[in-house]
Amino acid sequence: MVEEIGTTTEGDLIINVGPQHPATHGVLHLVITLNGETIKKVEPHLGYIHRSIEKMCESLTYRQFIYVTSRMDYLSAHINNHACALCVEKGLQIEIPDRAKVIRVIMDELTRIASHELWWGAMAMDIGAFTPFFHAFRERETINDIMEETCGARLTMNYFVPGGLMADLHPDFQQKVKSFISLFKSKVDEYDELVTGNVIFRNRMKDVGILSKEDAISFGCSGPTARGSGVSCDIRKLYPYEVYDKVQFDEVLETAGDSLARYMVRLREMKQSVRIIEQLIDQIPEGDFQAKTKAVLKLPKGEFYTRVETARGEFGVYIVSEGGTTPYRIKFRSPGFSNLSALDHMARGSKLGDLVAMMGTLDLVIPDIDR
Amino acid sequence: MWSLSGISNIIHNWLNQQFSPLWALIFEMVIAGVCVIGLFAALGLVLVLMERKVSAWMQIRLGPNRVGPKGILQSLADTLKLLVKEGMTPGGADKFLFNLAPLVAMIVAMLLMAPIAFAKDFQLWDLNIGVLYISAVSSISVISILMAGWASNNKYSLMGAMRSGAQIVSYELSAGLAILSVVVLTGSLNLNEIILSQADGWWIFKGHIPMLIAFVIFIIAVTAETNRAPFDLAEAESELTAGFHTEYSGMKFALFFLAEYVNVFIVCAIGATLFLGGWMPFHIGHWESFNHVMDYIPSSIWFFGKTFFLIFVIMWFRWTFPRLRIDQLLNLEWKYLLPISMFNILLVTLMAILGWHF
Repeated sequence: MVEEIGTTTEGDLIINVGPQHPATHGVLHLVITLNGETIKKVEPHLGYIHRSIEKMCESLTYRQFIYVTSRMDYLSAHINNHACALCVEKGLQIEIPDRAKVIRVIMDELTRIASHELWWGAMAMDIGAFTPFFHAFRERETINDIMEETCGARLTMNYFVPGGLMADLHPDFQQKVKSFISLFKSKVDEYDELVTGNVIFRNRMKDVGILSKEDAISFGCSGPTARGSGVSCDIRKLYPYEVYDKVQFDEVLETAGDSLARYMVRLREMKQSVRIIEQLIDQIPEGDFQAKTKAVLKLPKGEFYTRVETARGEFGVYIVSEGGTTPYRIKFRSPGFSNLSALDHMARGSKLGDLVAMMGTLDLVIPDIDR
Repeated sequence: MWSLSGISNIIHNWLNQQFSPLWALIFEMVIAGVCVIGLFAALGLVLVLMERKVSAWMQIRLGPNRVGPKGILQSLADTLKLLVKEGMTPGGADKFLFNLAPLVAMIVAMLLMAPIAFAKDFQLWDLNIGVLYISAVSSISVISILMAGWASNNKYSLMGAMRSGAQIVSYELSAGLAILSVVVLTGSLNLNEIILSQADGWWIFKGHIPMLIAFVIFIIAVTAETNRAPFDLAEAESELTAGFHTEYSGMKFALFFLAEYVNVFIVCAIGATLFLGGWMPFHIGHWESFNHVMDYIPSSIWFFGKTFFLIFVIMWFRWTFPRLRIDQLLNLEWKYLLPISMFNILLVTLMAILGWHF
């Protein structure tokens, strides 16, 4: 049975991590060539959760296709919807009411916090600490409850529509968000105590999985992955949409490019998101939550592209319209796909345990990669 | 008071009246064996439940609360489930070694119970080289893990087993040196004599700072030896799915599981015996009345109280710390723990020669 162990002629061990494996958080399949414990090559195999969402969107109208995109990066459902709504609005040249703009930004930032919380718990679990996962979920649950009240859903929100929002805010929204913010601020320090300051954790993360600035750019990394390497790529800052140009927040940048840097970027980003929400939560303007739009939307002939910053990085929507009620062609630029492509480069030469930590810091959501 | 020696003497005398000495001895051995198996099962059930409750408490959950009052029968139900499950042997596995490995793990855990004094005059085997016996037998447990990993014909299992081999062999050195420092101070390898030498104070207090260091090193080393987090590289579920027992199911898995928990109990019992005075009550110098009150607490409660406190500490580790990487794990042992414990044992020896301990 020695042949089935999967040794190559050089004596390397080839193991399959995934499609069912606790570390991949989904159906990602990595074929890893190992020399002892040292990684020689990582080969991601995709397609296990490919649902051809892009093709599906092409047969749906401009109002309908947005709901499908909640299922791509399910942790940034709001932000995916946001990008699609923005693209359609750009094509139709609709100006949405200020109230909708502010609410969209608040929702985006709440989603970002929720997504980063899940990442934080899962990342700690990847390197062997179980307890943070439950602590993170405690706070994430509060956000889900807030979302549930307003959007009616906890994961696939479908709250943003072309022209504004699906419905107005729940009357308790502002008060609940404020109480969440005060709760969250006290818990963020707990996260630092529990995980960030731990000596084992720092040893596991520091100088591991280094991605240089040049490599981050050439692999097309975006979001916290690239910002951990010092690449300034926050779409909210560089190409502001909605009211991001009116709020004060910092683009979080770390220069080390290792796993710890990526970790710190996400942790500090949560605090920046809180800052944005704090500025806006009392400033939600009165007025309509939706602009007047036609019953049937028809984009003019042409090509439209918008991009937004999801919790994982730059998310782009590219629509080609022939002037009909459905898009002629839709292409999504998902952040996870490009970030995953850097994994092989980062992992070579490090230990198997490091690979799991690196995958954790990339914050991969597999349906976002496969679509 | 509350001494169990009365019961054991009654049984011993009755057996010797009824039967010839040889048969009496054989019956006593059978009784002892049944006791060990019973204790093994009971400890497994209690510790699994304790782990689940401790983890639930640390993770803001309720933990098992459905089977029986407050869920105390949960592990019994789990055992029943595992017993009726099919014990599969994967194709391509070495059947003999695959089935032998969990038994070896269990037998080692049982053997280790022999010299432990559970209460005053309550010991299965008063062995004059008890400490040596424990260090020797506990080393066998690595063989069961290597056997399981190799026989499974699974790459994850093999890697888990190899990690575990490197880990246990390394950390045995530090654990051994920490144990040796108690032996140096006591001048005996007999566990009973070690306990009796702590009548006027536990070694962790009597032995000044060097013994405290030895105790801390002992706890770290035995956590690694029992493959518990943060040293659970052999099972590392996020890296190796389940490590050396990936392919095990049903009762074969349960035996590994129980053996792990019983091993935790045993190393904590040894730690309590060597450093915290075993069943010896807590005494403070010449506070006669205080010492008298302490003597009223039964010796078995002292022993189990100390042991379960150490078990709680080890569980606390597991639910707080992230896992180390394999090279960091070996660095910790060979670069830090081993030199420190070597220097420490020199200090302890000096202390013993000059009689500086209380």
